[in-house]
Amino acid sequence: MERAWQRARSASRYLWIAVLVLNAALAADVIRHWPPLRQDGVHDPKNPGLKLLQEPHEALSKLPPNDAGNLVDWIRAIDGGHINPRTNIKPETNVRVLDRDVLLNLRGSTPIVRFPHRAHTLWLDCSNCHDALFKPVAGANKLSMEAMLQGEQCGVCHGAVAFPLTECNRCHSVPRTKDAAARGEGSRP
Amino acid sequence: MKMRHAVAIVLAACFATAPAQAEYGDVVINKRSEKNGMRAVVFPHWFHRIRFRCKVCHHELGFKMRAGANELYMADIIEGKFCGMCHNNQTAWGVERCDLCHSARPGLKSGIYGGHQTSGPGRW
Repeated sequence: MERAWQRARSASRYLWIAVLVLNAALAADVIRHWPPLRQDGVHDPKNPGLKLLQEPHEALSKLPPNDAGNLVDWIRAIDGGHINPRTNIKPETNVRVLDRDVLLNLRGSTPIVRFPHRAHTLWLDCSNCHDALFKPVAGANKLSMEAMLQGEQCGVCHGAVAFPLTECNRCHSVPRTKDAAARGEGSRP
Repeated sequence: MKMRHAVAIVLAACFATAPAQAEYGDVVINKRSEKNGMRAVVFPHWFHRIRFRCKVCHHELGFKMRAGANELYMADIIEGKFCGMCHNNQTAWGVERCDLCHSARPGLKSGIYGGHQTSGPGRW
């Protein structure tokens, strides 16, 4: 009886160690998992063309890590030179990048939103958001999390292809202090 | 020995129970494919954004941002519009490689698929 008890205690210690190691690995982002295409629930495993397609793991595991969406930090992937996606295919296209932050949600209770134009225009053109989604004037847009959660406004991309809306702090990133509010009053679109 | 078995079972369970899930941002396009006897299309955003910025397709090529808002016909693609701007055997594989794009399992509805913390707009 005594011996069985000792073995059980010893076994539980091993289990705890296993759980701790797994948690540490997840926290340190050692383990990132992308299901193979044949098991991802959308591709037809019987499709003969499947074996010619690139697997997500092959491409995404080499890019800077993140803990949501594709598990990739797509901005760092560009800034760090890991990828250099083409900006245009027509030579005459005017490729526009704007480096200007806008502070939003100045009177709310959650932390202030710092909207970085640069991170967005590295990927997108101005016309993708202006003027159909957002008027290009600070304070002119009635932003609502409820609308975003239903796929409107920021939710057109965030929650579908850009990082999901569960990543609150990545947008609501500026602590609500007097300094931050003062900076916000000076912000322009 | 039994302890090792127990550890192995716990570790296996952690990985094996992960459900099958599309990659974040995958779009299934099935407005017309299955009606016309083809597999539906799986469009992987992750694969394309490694090679092209969003603005190439959503600005230069004229793809509207909202899934389902685009009317895609093979005739237009063959003429070099939409996907056909690149899928022309020069920039990317050509339209005769049907099953590289028409690769979805049967019966899926059009829309954005993907896992992690969301299934896409309006599906929370």
